[in-house]
Amino acid sequence: MNRIDHTLARLRQRPRSALVSYFTAGDPDFATSLRLLQGLGAAGADLIELGLPFSDPVADGPAIQAAHIRARAAGQTAARTLELVQALRQSDAQTPVILMGYLNPVMQYGAAGFMQDAARAGVDGLILVDLPVEHMAPYHQLAQEAGLHLIRMTAPTSDDVRLEKVLQGATGFVYHVTLTGTTGAASCTAAQVETALAQVRRHTTLPLAAGFGIRTPVQVRELAGVAELIVVGSRLVEVLAAQGVEAALAEVQALAAALRG
Amino acid sequence: METQTTPYCGEGPDAAGLFGRFGGAYMPETLMPALDALTRAFEAAIADPAFWSAYRGILSDYVGRPSPLFLAERLSAALDGAQIYLKREDLNHTGAHKINNCVGQILLAQRMGKRRVIAETGAGQHGVATATVCALFGLECAVYMGAEDMARQAANVRRMRLLGAEVRAVHAGTATLKDAMNEALRDWITNVGDTYYLLGTGAGPHPYPRLVREFQRIIGIETREQILTKTGRLPDAMVACVGGGSNAIGFFHPFLAEPAVRFYGVEAGGLGLVSGKHAACLGAGSPGVLHGNLTYLLQDGDGQIINAYSISAGLDYPGVGPEHALLHECGRVKYESATDAEALDAFHWLARLEGILPALESAHALAFARKLAPTLGRDQNLVVCLSGRGDKDVDTVIAHQEAAQ
Repeated sequence: MNRIDHTLARLRQRPRSALVSYFTAGDPDFATSLRLLQGLGAAGADLIELGLPFSDPVADGPAIQAAHIRARAAGQTAARTLELVQALRQSDAQTPVILMGYLNPVMQYGAAGFMQDAARAGVDGLILVDLPVEHMAPYHQLAQEAGLHLIRMTAPTSDDVRLEKVLQGATGFVYHVTLTGTTGAASCTAAQVETALAQVRRHTTLPLAAGFGIRTPVQVRELAGVAELIVVGSRLVEVLAAQGVEAALAEVQALAAALRG
Repeated sequence: METQTTPYCGEGPDAAGLFGRFGGAYMPETLMPALDALTRAFEAAIADPAFWSAYRGILSDYVGRPSPLFLAERLSAALDGAQIYLKREDLNHTGAHKINNCVGQILLAQRMGKRRVIAETGAGQHGVATATVCALFGLECAVYMGAEDMARQAANVRRMRLLGAEVRAVHAGTATLKDAMNEALRDWITNVGDTYYLLGTGAGPHPYPRLVREFQRIIGIETREQILTKTGRLPDAMVACVGGGSNAIGFFHPFLAEPAVRFYGVEAGGLGLVSGKHAACLGAGSPGVLHGNLTYLLQDGDGQIINAYSISAGLDYPGVGPEHALLHECGRVKYESATDAEALDAFHWLARLEGILPALESAHALAFARKLAPTLGRDQNLVVCLSGRGDKDVDTVIAHQEAAQ
């Protein structure tokens, strides 16, 4: 069973929302990134979202753009990201890993080979920000064959007609972008998210993730029970950049405590 | 890799925005509904005679079209080959072909009820043209421009500000056109409700490549009428520079179905293709996805985009419009390149022989025409798209002249 399904099924029993921590693979370098990833499970991250560095991350705000630049400067590539996950699996066999990135590095690696190698390395899911449903079919097929979830994204701009189309055949969970903006942009209120997710739920029975604009334990607590998965990214990336691995893990702990408290 | 057996003659794109396998709309979900809405608004507009009437009216009374087709007699005599005609887009208001597209898109923005317009610019020509139409229509305007380009093209930055636009410096990445486009897309993702993204070249997500082509086709439509009037027949060859490729596609498109006409797109060869410092995506790149479309890109084996380089800021982009990618693969258009040095040389050559300072972008097309014309007979006609004027490049040209001495 895919680790994402396993984790979400387990949390449904509790019931409790899952914390998804985002960091960029190889930020600031491979060894530091690995040390951070190895600590995430114990710090309370239920799922690990790992950014695939790209030269032109158009959906990302300044914090994650800077992380991509640092990682690439340290030699991070798509292949090195799979090595990173493989290395993580030596110490953490359970926490689901979802790669999040842009299509071109996957395309140049070779999509079929990438999906197979990713699954073999211990990846469970893939989010490709610039791969809309219109172009998704061949990639969806390859992901299915590899046993990966290719996660669908919805946005505040997706109306009911569009949601129906986007969510047709979705697997794993659905990633809802809570605001019209790039990652790390101004925050959203729990009430807004609840309304938006209710609309998405009319078109899917899958668990829903809320991401973009969620930064603090207070926000996380307010969203507990509203979304099955709560994603925090830019804030964690900022702490890692400014204060290092231990501080970033402490931040994850604080966010996790808000869900368990 | 698919190979086309019958040449593509401009029939695309299909409903999904594909030119063969190129193009499409590879964008975050947040923007997909906006792209759909733009497609619908565009379809409705082009089916409405009143829209075209407004577009043609502004082009004639404000832009100054039709732009002349000029027989460059001294140039032709010097090369002792084909008769060279210049399509004078440099004589348009704001000094380049960019305004044609801006007029079409600002009318669309108005129909869609948008109050704010954003754009990216490289050399500043598209930024100036966008700032101009925003002033004309009373819309708020923000232009994203790489900090590096702002230094190279300071005069255009001042022009945009005088026209009332806010110029936002982009320091990210290479601080050139590619990064300006990233930043404009981020703005659009954030302000998609009230903002119109006025994209300046024939690349980007569907429907932009089609939309920009339709608004630039006026170049080719006029050229066709003019050359038939002057010579009684179609041209034998057509040459245009290609960065994103908007002047080239507008110039070529009305002729693509004519088997007798040969087409040459000229990319920026920079310091030479072997140097790795160039912007020749078709000459030395490979297919991939950037800025919403599948096309030829400059990229490394990991799919990271490589910095383009050219003396000409307007050609300094690591991608190319998807329709050019298809025209390249099916062989309907031949893509060549001209180096910085060849373009500079062509700049001086046109200035001295015909009294015209061409934009450095257009000088790339001239540099290739200079090689092509002597291989053609004196009874052949060659039309070059002189896409812009060189006033903005005078400082760059003089700096190179001084460095060479």
